[in-house]
Amino acid sequence: MTVVGEQLQPTLFERSRPGRGGDKIPHPPKDALDRIPAAARRVTPPALPELNEPEVVRHYTNLSQLNYAIDTGFYPLGSCTMKFNPKLNEWAARLPGFASLHPLAPDSVAQGTLQLLWELEGILAEVSGMKAVSLQPAAGAQGELCGILMIRAYHRSRGDTERDEVLVPDSSHGTNPATASMAGFKTITIPSAADGGVDVEAFEAALGPRTAAVMITNPSTLGLFEQRIGHLLEHVHAAGALAYMDGANLNAILGRFKPGEAGFDVMHFNVHKTFSTPHGGGGPGAGPVGVGETLLPFLPSPRVLRADDGTFRLEVVGERPTSIGRLRSFVGNTGVLVRAYAYLRAHGGTGLKQVSDDAVLAANYLRKRVGEAYDIPFDRACKHEFVASAAGIKKRTGVRTLDIAKRLIDHGYHPPTIYFPLTVEEGMLIEPTETESVETLDAFADALIAIAAECESDPELVKSAPHDAPVGRLDEATAARQPNLRWRPMAGAEMPCPD
Amino acid sequence: MPYGPHTAGDRERMLAALGIESVDALFADIPENLRASQLDLPGPEPELELAARLTGLAARNRTDLASFLGAGVYRHWSPPNVDQLLLRGEWYTAYTPYQPEISQGTLQSIYEYESLLAELVDLDVVSASHYDGAAATAEAGLMTCRATRRERILVSKAVHPHYRQTIAAYFGAGLEVDDIPLVVDGDAAGTTDLEALERLLGDEDRPVAGVIAGQPNFLGLLEPMAAIGRLAHAAGALFVSVIEPVSLAVLAPPGAYGADIAAGEGQPLGIPAQYGGPYLGILASTDALVRQIPGRLVGMTSDVKGRRAYVMTMRAREQDIRRDKAASNICTNQALLALAASIYLATIGPHGLRDVAAQGAARAARLETALAAVGAHRVHPGPYLNEFAVHVPDARAVHRRLIERGVLAGLVLGDILPDEPSLADTLLVCATEVTTDREIEQFAAALAAELSSHDVATHTELEVAR
Repeated sequence: MTVVGEQLQPTLFERSRPGRGGDKIPHPPKDALDRIPAAARRVTPPALPELNEPEVVRHYTNLSQLNYAIDTGFYPLGSCTMKFNPKLNEWAARLPGFASLHPLAPDSVAQGTLQLLWELEGILAEVSGMKAVSLQPAAGAQGELCGILMIRAYHRSRGDTERDEVLVPDSSHGTNPATASMAGFKTITIPSAADGGVDVEAFEAALGPRTAAVMITNPSTLGLFEQRIGHLLEHVHAAGALAYMDGANLNAILGRFKPGEAGFDVMHFNVHKTFSTPHGGGGPGAGPVGVGETLLPFLPSPRVLRADDGTFRLEVVGERPTSIGRLRSFVGNTGVLVRAYAYLRAHGGTGLKQVSDDAVLAANYLRKRVGEAYDIPFDRACKHEFVASAAGIKKRTGVRTLDIAKRLIDHGYHPPTIYFPLTVEEGMLIEPTETESVETLDAFADALIAIAAECESDPELVKSAPHDAPVGRLDEATAARQPNLRWRPMAGAEMPCPD
Repeated sequence: MPYGPHTAGDRERMLAALGIESVDALFADIPENLRASQLDLPGPEPELELAARLTGLAARNRTDLASFLGAGVYRHWSPPNVDQLLLRGEWYTAYTPYQPEISQGTLQSIYEYESLLAELVDLDVVSASHYDGAAATAEAGLMTCRATRRERILVSKAVHPHYRQTIAAYFGAGLEVDDIPLVVDGDAAGTTDLEALERLLGDEDRPVAGVIAGQPNFLGLLEPMAAIGRLAHAAGALFVSVIEPVSLAVLAPPGAYGADIAAGEGQPLGIPAQYGGPYLGILASTDALVRQIPGRLVGMTSDVKGRRAYVMTMRAREQDIRRDKAASNICTNQALLALAASIYLATIGPHGLRDVAAQGAARAARLETALAAVGAHRVHPGPYLNEFAVHVPDARAVHRRLIERGVLAGLVLGDILPDEPSLADTLLVCATEVTTDREIEQFAAALAAELSSHDVATHTELEVAR
C-alpha cells in the first residue's frame, strides 16, 4: 500500500461505513418496482460509499484546499486566459428563472433566456465582425469541429468534393489538427518563419485545389499578431478555400481587430477564456461560432430567432435544411452563456477595449521584466502573452523549464504553460491577463528572476522542486504502464506500491 | 473597469518601463487597413443595474409550472451541499490539472468520479467527462469504428432524437449510420425491433462496428438489452448502451448485460436543467477499449516519497500530444459537473439513489393511473420506469392550453419526432421523486377540463359544418 500523505485525504470509499447517511428522500412504497420485469432489474447493488453529510462536506472542502486556483493566486497559464471570474456571474446563473428552466420548455415560457441568448449572439457578432453567431458548441474544440463541418458542407454544396486538406501552422493548438482529422480531412502542417509568423512561401506552396480550409490562431500561440494576415487571407480565398480563425487568443484584440472584417469566414470564441466564465477544473466551457455570409446557411440548428412582434423562438426540426444539424443536445451550455452575457454587459464596448489594452500592456510589462533573466525568443511587442525560454539556463546549468515551473510552485505561483508551442525550445508561455495588479506582476517576475539565480547557485534545489506542495513529483510512468483508473472496493491490496 | 486593478498611475508606470507613451504603440503591428471599426455596443453597466437586468430576464421565464417534462433532462432534489461546495473558488476557478502537485483536489475528485461511475455502470474505465449525453454517445460510436476498423453503426430509433442528430453530424465525414426501426405494435411496441436489427447486421458487404440502444429508451420503455447485445456481438460489432444514471440504482447495469461501452447524460445527478447545459457527458468502457476511449483519464500513482497521489494519465490519446492522430479533439470538458455528480452521489448514497429511482417509478405509476382516469391512456403496453407516452387528441393545442392552466404537460412527441406517424397526438410525460400528488391532481384535472372542452369544440365544429 502507498501511504496517504499528511495533507491528502482518504478516498470516499475508505471513509464509507455501512449504514451512514440517508434520509434525504422519503422512502418509496414497497411495491414501487414490482412492475419492472426481473430481467431488467439490477441484481447486485452498486458499491457506492455510505457517508453522512458533514463527512461529505469536510471531504470536499479539504480536497479543494489541495488545489491552486485563480481565487487563491496568480495563474499565468499561457493560452488559457486565467482572468478573475466575477461573482455576480455565479449569482446570475443560479437565479431560479435561469437555473431551473427545462431545455425543451416551449418558447412561450422561455422568453427571458431566449432574449438573453439572442442579445448575446448580437454582441458576439459585433465583437468579431461576423454576420451571425451560433451558441451551440459546448467548448472551443467543439466550435472548431462545428466550423470545419460547415466548411465541408459549403464545399459540398458547390459540388466541390476534391478538397480534403486543412492547412494548420506548426504553432497551433493540438485541437486544430485533431479537429481536421475528426471531420475527415488530412492535416498539412505549415512551418513558422523566423519572426514567429506563418512561413508565407511554405503556405502558398501548400495551398491548392485540394485545400478546404486554413486554420489560423491570431494572435498566434507565440502571442504575436500575424502581420501578414491580409496577404494570407487573400491567397486562401483566391485558392477557393475558406479561413478559420481559432479565437483562443481573442483577449488580446477586443476592439482592435475584428476577424470578420479582416476576411475570416468563421471563428470560435472560448468564453471561459475571453469572457471570464469559470474554467471549473477543466470545464465546462462554451464555444460559440461566428460566421460570415458564406457559411450562414450551414450554421448548426437550432438558431434563436426574433419575430417582428419582439418575441423569441428556437428553430424547429427541419426548418433550415442546409444546416449541418446539431453537435450536442438542446440549445447549448446556456448556464455558461448567462455568465458570459453578464461579463459583456458589465464591460460594454469601451470596457472590452480596455480589457485588451490592459491585458496587452500587462503582458509586455512582464515580458520586459522576465527578460532580465530569461531568453525572450521574439523580443518585440507581444499581445496578451509571450514566450520566455530557459534554453540558455539549461545549457549552463542543466536545469530545465519543467524544473523552473515546479520551483515556481514553492514560490507560491501556478506555473505558466510549458513546452508549448512545441516550436520553442524550453519554452514558457506566460499570460498575465488584465485582472492582475502591477504589484502581482512584479512579485511574479521577481520570483522567476530569483529562480534563475537558484539555477546557477543551487541547481539541485530547483531540479527536485516542488518542496512545499501537498505532494512531490509523481510517478507518471507507472501510472501509464499499470493504469489504476478506479477504486476497487474489494481489492485494496492491488494499490500500486512504491519500489 | 469592473474587475481590473490598474490605476492611471499603474498604467503610466508600465508604459514608462516599456518606453512608450500610449498603449496604441503595442498594437502598431496590426496593419492599418485591418484595424477594427469601433465596437458598436452599449457602455459598461454598473453591477446594481446589471443585477436588475438579469433578474428581470430570469423572471420572464416561467418556472412556476407543474412540470411533467423529462425527455432526457430530469428534475431531482439536489441536496444544497452540492452547490455550496461547487461555489468554493478552489474548485471552479482552477483549470485542467496540468500541474498535479498543486491540483490533487481536482485529480482525486476525478479519480473518485471515475470510480463512482464505474460502480454504477459496472464497467472498468470511465472518462473524466464529455460535453453531454449526445456528444458522449457520438464519441462512443466513433470508438466502435476505431476499435473494429469498420465504418458503419446502427442506432435504435428509440435513442433520443438529439443524440441521433448529433451522431449524424459527427459521422457526416464518411462514416455510415443506419436506423434500427421500432416495433410497431404488440407487447414490444416502441422498443428496438430485434428482427430488423438482425437483418441490418446480416449485410456482409457493410459490416457493423457498433450497435447503439438506450435503457430506458427515449419513450421511457425498457429495452431487451441483453438480446440486442448478443445480436451485436454475434456479428462482431460492439454494443453501446445509452444510460440514465439514476435508473442504474435499480436497473441492470451495462456491464451486467454485456455492453462494451456506456454513454449517457449525467444531468440527473444533482445538476440543474439550466436550459440545456452545462451538463455531464458520461462515457465508460471495458478495459479492452481503454486505448480507444477519448477524453481525459486520471489514475492513482505515487509521488517521489511514495505517497499516494493522482495524475492525468495515458495522455498519448489526447490532442495536445498526438495532434491529428488523437482519439478526439476534446480538450476542455465538463469537470465541474463531474464534481457535482460525485458530491451528489456521495451525499445521497446507494440507498438514497435507489429511493430516488423507486420513488420516481411510484410517482409515475400514480401519474399513469390519474391520466388514464381522465381518458389519456398509454401508447405502448411494455414496462417503463418513470416516463411514458400517452394519447391525447390534438396534443399540440392541448399542451399549449395546459400551460395557461399552470401545467407543463411533458413533451409533444410529434414536434420532436415528426416522422413517426404512430406518435402524432401523443405526449411524453415523466415523474420523479419531486413530483407531488397535488401536481398530479392538477395535471389530471386540467387535462380533463381541456378534453371535455375539446369535445365540446369538436362537437360545435361538426354542428356548424352540418
